[in-house]
Amino acid sequence: MVQFILRRTVGALVTLFLIGAATFFLFVAAPSDYASLACGKDCSPQRLEEIREALGLNLPIAQQFWDFMSGIVTGRDFPDGHCPAPCLGESFYSGDFVWSTIKDRFPLTLSLTVGAAVVFLVIGLGTGMLSAYKRGSVVDKTATGASMVLSSFQIYFLGPIALLIFVYSTGWMEDPHYVPITEDPVGWLIGLSLPMIVMATIFTAQYTRMARSSLIEQLAEEHVRTAKAKGMSQKYVFFRYAWRGSLIPIVTVFGIDLSSLLGGAVVTELTFSLQGIGRLAVDGAVNKDLPLTMGVMLVGAFAILLLNILTDITYAWIDPRIRLS
Amino acid sequence: MKEDLVLPAPREAATDSPGEPLLQVEGLVKHFPVKGGFPIRRTVGAVQAVDGIDLSVHVGESFGLVGESGCGKSTTGRLITRLMEPTGGKISYRGKDITRASRKQLAPVRSEIQMIFQDPYSSLNPRQTVGKIISGPMEINGIEPEGGRDKRVRELLETVGLNPEHFNRFPHEFSGGQRQRIGVARALALNPKLIVADEPVSALDVSIQAQVVNLLQKVQKELGIAFLFIAHDLAVVRHFSQRVAVMYLGKIIEVGDRDSIYTRPRHPYTHALLSAVPEVNLGDGETGGRERIRLAGDVPSPINPPSGCRFRTRCWKAQDKCAAEEPPLIQISGNREGHLTACHFPEEPTIEARDEDIVLDPALAALEEAAAED
Amino acid sequence: MTTLTKTEDAPAPAGPESFLSVRDLSVRFSTEDGVVKAVDGLSFDVERGKTLGIVGESGSGKSVTNLTILGLHNPRTTTIDGEIILEGKELVTATEKEMEKLRGNKAAMIFQDPLTALSPYYTVGRQIAEPFMKHTGASKKAGWERAVEMLGKVGIPNPKERAKDYPHQFSGGMRQRAMIAMALICDPDLLIADEPTTALDVTVQAQILDLLKDLQREFGTAIVFITHDLGVIADMADDIMVMYAGSAVERGTTNEVLRSPQHPYTWGLLNSMPRLDSDLSAALSPIPGTPPSLLNVPSGCRFHPRCTFQDRVGGNRCVTERPLLAPDRSSACHLTADQKRTIFVEEIKPSLG
Repeated sequence: MVQFILRRTVGALVTLFLIGAATFFLFVAAPSDYASLACGKDCSPQRLEEIREALGLNLPIAQQFWDFMSGIVTGRDFPDGHCPAPCLGESFYSGDFVWSTIKDRFPLTLSLTVGAAVVFLVIGLGTGMLSAYKRGSVVDKTATGASMVLSSFQIYFLGPIALLIFVYSTGWMEDPHYVPITEDPVGWLIGLSLPMIVMATIFTAQYTRMARSSLIEQLAEEHVRTAKAKGMSQKYVFFRYAWRGSLIPIVTVFGIDLSSLLGGAVVTELTFSLQGIGRLAVDGAVNKDLPLTMGVMLVGAFAILLLNILTDITYAWIDPRIRLS
Repeated sequence: MKEDLVLPAPREAATDSPGEPLLQVEGLVKHFPVKGGFPIRRTVGAVQAVDGIDLSVHVGESFGLVGESGCGKSTTGRLITRLMEPTGGKISYRGKDITRASRKQLAPVRSEIQMIFQDPYSSLNPRQTVGKIISGPMEINGIEPEGGRDKRVRELLETVGLNPEHFNRFPHEFSGGQRQRIGVARALALNPKLIVADEPVSALDVSIQAQVVNLLQKVQKELGIAFLFIAHDLAVVRHFSQRVAVMYLGKIIEVGDRDSIYTRPRHPYTHALLSAVPEVNLGDGETGGRERIRLAGDVPSPINPPSGCRFRTRCWKAQDKCAAEEPPLIQISGNREGHLTACHFPEEPTIEARDEDIVLDPALAALEEAAAED
Repeated sequence: MTTLTKTEDAPAPAGPESFLSVRDLSVRFSTEDGVVKAVDGLSFDVERGKTLGIVGESGSGKSVTNLTILGLHNPRTTTIDGEIILEGKELVTATEKEMEKLRGNKAAMIFQDPLTALSPYYTVGRQIAEPFMKHTGASKKAGWERAVEMLGKVGIPNPKERAKDYPHQFSGGMRQRAMIAMALICDPDLLIADEPTTALDVTVQAQILDLLKDLQREFGTAIVFITHDLGVIADMADDIMVMYAGSAVERGTTNEVLRSPQHPYTWGLLNSMPRLDSDLSAALSPIPGTPPSLLNVPSGCRFHPRCTFQDRVGGNRCVTERPLLAPDRSSACHLTADQKRTIFVEEIKPSLG
C-alpha cells in the first residue's frame, strides 16, 4: 500500500511537470506577443525591447522554462524583489507575484468546491439510498423524477434565477460574497451558501441516480443474499453489505468528476461575480498573462492529482481486495 | 433417439495413415510473468502454467487431457492452436515446427487445427447470423467450396444436427446445446485434421451434454478428425478419448491408453482423482468396491510450485527423494506399453478398495475418528 | 379453489418424523416477457436428520423452491401459493421479522459459488460470527471465538489467524468450508445446500461432500441437497426427488430412484450421463430436444415433447392430462406400473452397461 502511494506520488509529480511544460510551450507558440500588446499602438522598437527585457522574454525559450520551473523549488529574484519558493513568477499584467495572488484567491474556490461536494454527496447519496431502500414507492418515484429534471439544468441558468428569487426580489439572502472561514464561520456559510447550493444541484441529481442504481445492483449480489440468509436484519444487510459495495462506482465517478467540479467552480464564480481561482484563470487567458495562467494551471492540476490519490486510498479503505494485493 | 448425420462429401483422399503422429509437442512451457517491485515494476516471478510437457496426437485419434483447475490444460490447448505464444518448447504439426511460425507460414496449418470453446454464449458473435459465423473461416482463408459457401454452410448445419433453414438466425435464438453445435459447425468448416476442444460440454445441462458428446464422437469417427479433448470431467474424457494424459500443476504426471489410466493407474494423484469422482452405483448389491482417498486442501498455487514432484505436498507416499528429485515421465515397471508415469513411489495398478481408506483431510479424519469411537 | 381442481399431489399426511413439509407450492415471477411458472404444485417432506436430494437441470425450479423456503425470493416480483411448514410453523405467511429469527438459526443455507456468496469487504471470522451474535445475543468476543472454533471444525488449518483473513485470501475449497462453518454455527435443524460443490475441483468436492456427511452425523442436521449431478446425489442423499420444468416427476429412496427408476426423464438422465464404469461400446443416449421455457410450459405432462414413450400410453393423455405424483415412492407418468417396470428392465437397464 505504501509502495502504491509512493508510486502514485512520483507519477503525479511527473504529470505536473508535463502539464507545466505543455502550458508553457503552447503559450509561447501562440502567435501573439505579450510585449507588443503591453507596448500599445505607438510603440518604439527600443520601448519594446525594454519591455521584453523586463519580462525576461528576450532570453532563450529553454532558459525561460528552466527559470520558471526551478523558481518553483528554489524561489527567484526579480528586479523588484525576491520571490520566495514556491515561486510561480510575476504576473505580466499586474506585476504581482503569482503565488501570492493565487494564495489570496484559492480559499474561495476551495470553499466553494468542498462546500458543494459536501452538499451534493450528503443530499445525493442520501436520496439515492432512500430511493433504493424504498424501491418502487412514491418517494422513489418522486426522487427519480426530480433528479431527471434537475440534472438537465446548468449553473449559468440556475444561478441567475436563484439570485433573482432569493436575493433581488425577496431579499432572503445576501448577495454572495466571501468571508474567510477563519474569521467568521457563520458569515462564510451565509455568504457562500447560494453558490454552493446552485453548484451542488447539478451534481446532486447525478449522484442520486448513481447511488440508487449502484445500490439496487448490490442488493442483487449473492453475498448480500447470503447475509440475508443468515438472518441479518434488512437494515443491517442494507447498510453493512449492500452500501459498502455500492460505494466503489460512486468513488470512481467522484474521482472523474473532480475536474468538472473545478470547471463548475469557474462558471459559478463568474455567475455570482466571486473573485476566485476561476476568475483568475479567465483573466490570465484574456490578458495573455503567461505566468498567471501557468500558475493557475499547475495549482489546479496539483489539487486534482492530490484528490485522485486520495480517491485511490479511499478505494483501498473500502475494498480489502485492493488493500491486500 | 437417433441422430442421422448427413455427412459432407468425402474429402480429398487423405494421405495420412492412422497411427502416425499428427501433432507432436516437446518440452512445451508457458510462464506468465508476475509483475511487482518498487520503484520500477519488474518481473518478480512467474505463473508456471505449463512447465515442460510432451505429448503427441496421432491422425484420427482422440486424446484426452484431464486435470483440476490451474493444472494448465486449457493453456496447453491455447498454445497448440497458437492463440498464445509459448515461452519454450516445440510444437510440430505433421513434422513441421510451427512453434515460432509467422502468421503467413501458419495460415495453412491454422485451417487444419480448429478450436471449440467452453462457453457457447460468449464464443459466438451475437451480431452475426449463423451462416456468417460458419462461413467466416472460409472467407478469411479465401476458400470457395464447390457449390458455394452457402451450400457448404447448409451441409455443415445438417451435419451438426441443426435445421439448414436456420441459416439466417442469430445465436441468441438458439439454446445452449444448439449454440455449441454452431461452434462445432464453424470448427468443421475448413475440413480440419485436428480439433482442440476445451471443455466443450461443461457449460451444458446433463441431458444436452450427451447430445454434444455424441455429435463430437460421430464427427471424430466418421470424418477421421483427431481431437485434443480437454475437460475436468473424468467420465466424459473416458467416454471420448482413446488415450488420456493427467495433468497436475503444469506437468503431465501420467499418460496412457484409456484402460491403463482408468483401471490400472500408478500415480497417486490419478488414484486420488478417480476415487474422488462421485458415482451412481447401479449394481444390485452393496458393492462399493472403489478405493476411497481424500486429499487435504486445494491444489497449490502455480506461482511457486513445490520442488521435485509437484504432487508431493498432498501425497501420502511422499519421501525426501520426492522433494529433491523430479520424477521423470517414464514407463515404470508393471506398466503396459505407452503407459508412462512420473512417480518415484508408484501405487499398485488397481482401483479396488483398500483395507484402510486414505483420509488426509484433518477435519474429516477427526470427525470420522470421533464417529468410530461412538 | 376447491380440491377438485387440484392438478397434482394429493396432500400427503405429514408423518411424525417429517419436520419440513412443502404442500402444493407454486412460485411465479412476473417478468417483462410474461409470467414465469418457476414452481408449480410441488409437495415434499424432509425427515429430521435425513438428506433429501433434489436433482434437476437448470430451470427445473430446484433452486427457486429452496430460496422460497427461507423467504429469500424478491417479494416485489414473486407470487407464492401453497404451504411451507417447518416444525409446525407456516413460513409462506410468516412476517419478515419471524423469518429473520429463523434464517441462519433453525434453517441455514449454503450456496454454489463461495467466492461471490461471501462478502469481499469483511473478514471471514466476522461473517461467520455474525449469525451467532445475532441469534444468541453473544458478545463480539464470544462470537469471534465461536467462529474460530467452527473454522477449526471444518478443517481450516490455523483457524485463529485465518479468521482474520478476507475471503479472497482463501482457496475455493476453504471458502466453501467457511460457508459451511457459517451455516452450522447456530446448529440449525435444516441445512439447504444449493449445488455446494459444483464450482469446486473434483478432489476438493469429495472432501466437502464427506465433510457435510460427517458434520450431519455429528449435528443431526436435516439436509436438502440440490444438484444436477446424479453421482453427487447418489453419494449424499437418503431420498431423491427428481424435478423437471417446475414440478417433481419422481421420488423415492436413493436406491429406488437410481436402481429402478420409473420416469422416462430419470431414465434419460441416467442414459445420458457417462460413468467411470459404463460400457464404452455403447453411445450415450441423450434426451432429445431442450427443456421448455417456463414462460410457456407444455400442456399435460411437461415432459411429453421430449418423451419417447408417449405412444405406449393410450390416446392423447400425455398431451391433455397432467400425471399425478403420489406421496412416497412414485413417478408422475401415465405409463402403468407394469409398463414402467418392464421398460426399465428390458430396454433401459441393458443400455446402461
